[in-house]
Amino acid sequence: MNIIVCIKQVPDAASVKWDREKGTLIRDGVKSVINPFDYNAIEAALQVRDELGGTVTAVTMGPPQAEEAIREAISLGVDQGVVVSDRAFAGADTLATTYTLSKAIEKLGGADLVFCGKQAIDGDTAQVGPGLSVRLGIPCVTCIGDMEVLEGGKGLRVKRMNEFGYDLVEVEFPALFTTIASLNTPRVPSLKGKMRAKKAKIPVWTAEDIGADPDRIGLKGSPTQVASTYIPTFEARKEMLEGSPEEQVEALVERLKGAGIL
Amino acid sequence: MISVDKELCSGCGVCPDVCSYGAISLVGDTAQVDLDKCTLCGTCAENCPADAITIEREETGSAAELDQWRGVWVFAEFRNGEYAPVVFELLGKGRELADALGEELCAVAIGSGSRDQAEVLGNAGADRVLVADSPELEGFSEDVWARILSRLASEQKPEVILAGATSMGRAFLPQVATMLETGLTADCTQLEIRAEDRALLQTRPAFGGNLLATIVCPNHRPQMATVRPNVFRAPSMDFEDSGNSGRQIEIDEIELSPEDLKSGVRVVERKVEDLQGPDLANSQVIVTAGRGIGSEDNLKALEQLANCLEGAVGATRAITDAGWISHHHQIGQTGATVAPKLYLGFGVSGAIQHLVGMQGSEIIVAVNKDPDAPIFDVATYGIVGDVHEILQLLLQRICKGAGQTGG
Repeated sequence: MNIIVCIKQVPDAASVKWDREKGTLIRDGVKSVINPFDYNAIEAALQVRDELGGTVTAVTMGPPQAEEAIREAISLGVDQGVVVSDRAFAGADTLATTYTLSKAIEKLGGADLVFCGKQAIDGDTAQVGPGLSVRLGIPCVTCIGDMEVLEGGKGLRVKRMNEFGYDLVEVEFPALFTTIASLNTPRVPSLKGKMRAKKAKIPVWTAEDIGADPDRIGLKGSPTQVASTYIPTFEARKEMLEGSPEEQVEALVERLKGAGIL
Repeated sequence: MISVDKELCSGCGVCPDVCSYGAISLVGDTAQVDLDKCTLCGTCAENCPADAITIEREETGSAAELDQWRGVWVFAEFRNGEYAPVVFELLGKGRELADALGEELCAVAIGSGSRDQAEVLGNAGADRVLVADSPELEGFSEDVWARILSRLASEQKPEVILAGATSMGRAFLPQVATMLETGLTADCTQLEIRAEDRALLQTRPAFGGNLLATIVCPNHRPQMATVRPNVFRAPSMDFEDSGNSGRQIEIDEIELSPEDLKSGVRVVERKVEDLQGPDLANSQVIVTAGRGIGSEDNLKALEQLANCLEGAVGATRAITDAGWISHHHQIGQTGATVAPKLYLGFGVSGAIQHLVGMQGSEIIVAVNKDPDAPIFDVATYGIVGDVHEILQLLLQRICKGAGQTGG
């Protein structure tokens, strides 16, 4: 059983500061962490492996330092990992990213089961998982909140969460699933895992290594382009209600009555 | 790739300042790009006063090829026996875009029972409805929906496809975009047509809403975008008001082959849960708890206030992450986007990630003990004060027979 978990290194939301004046990120001292939803993907992959056997391989596309994310995944129990890294990947949108990841998975010998976090907290698109499933030619179920292995280990029965509740769906392998936080409680690294992570050799694959078509990666392979960026402005319409708490509440009630709400 | 013309670069220092990725620095008097950090977003090139920075992009689509794609499509999500509210919001926006392009607006409905209600899509502005209706389209399967929509799009070549960023839209639209090898922009908050080249300008929040980025898809068609519920307003469904009176709509039923309906995803049970209280998306009043709410007793009082205003309870991420209330109530970048008539925030500081999810509200009332809380910058009415005290006073004033609940 070949299980792949796709992870992404993202800026730690807690350490990112924003310069509102200039509209730029203050990157000094920003730590990189594994995307939070990806921990649930890793845990799901490990649980299936522990039940059905096989190998869990973590794949990430990013700069060379994304190797840290792979090491952390190995410390959690992932068997092996690979960093897909090349300057030619820069500027990739989700279409180019899914192509690149699919070429890496192809080089790994394909996948019986793929887990991705439902979205990365830096881009928030939630597009890579479903897009990747099309590249791999396998079914995809997004936002799973619960899972169990089907009788005979042929697939998974999952709760696909939606606005109204959930759908209980069954999918046979090979398949791809995207995970949400309530799916599981990710384990913490063991001492043995940490030792293994330290010693692990993490291959770095370039565009050439995975046999990627140069026209389908990075900026060239990305249909979407950023035309411009700007800092959002919020309409200022502030009226501060003054006085004692009683007077403040009275003033508010009056205004809401005036607006026809009360 | 990105390059800096050393002759033109004056070393003015603008580009390192505007780069959100910290990828540019001045080395001597010339800008230098760190390619490991650069994402080729183009902000530097746009801001360079000397036009010294160029980003080479491949022109792949020929104008004649792109020109064959015409018209605006809205995916008409049909679930639990009705069209999702976001469909009407998108038809309103889609009508504007189609008029700007001088093309037709077409709604594409997929689902068992969708045919019977298709006329309502015309009332909201569609010229034409494409319907794929079959008893076998009862439970949603990503692969079937993606196959049907992408087949129709490659046959009929619309230049724009819009869909709601709902659990369904987010699940299969990326598959459609991948099948069509085109771009898809998630969670757009503004959409407009650039007259000179008919490009769809798709604006979405980036970096947790700290920045807005306008995305284009210049060389591929269709141009695809998802939009969250409650970002655009639905048009009036009243015939007289809406200008849709007497609109002739054409309903095309699509023939489906067994091949179209084959799925690797089997829905064995559908569970519609009773949500506690009115839901965020459909409420005219939302009372929101932020970190400054302080205690669960205050949260109870807040729920009581929401109850007597017939409103829903919202929460910031801090409150849902703390487990005080379920994630269904979360408003903001990683939660719901809301636009009620009245938004009341108690102890909400106003982090940008929250503001992007509620700034469309008509009247925003903020109660916070910190006079410098950013929420006051967007509030219609602000009260600097103790959350507990103001809540209790409001309960006494507005809700008959209510008052102290504990604390």
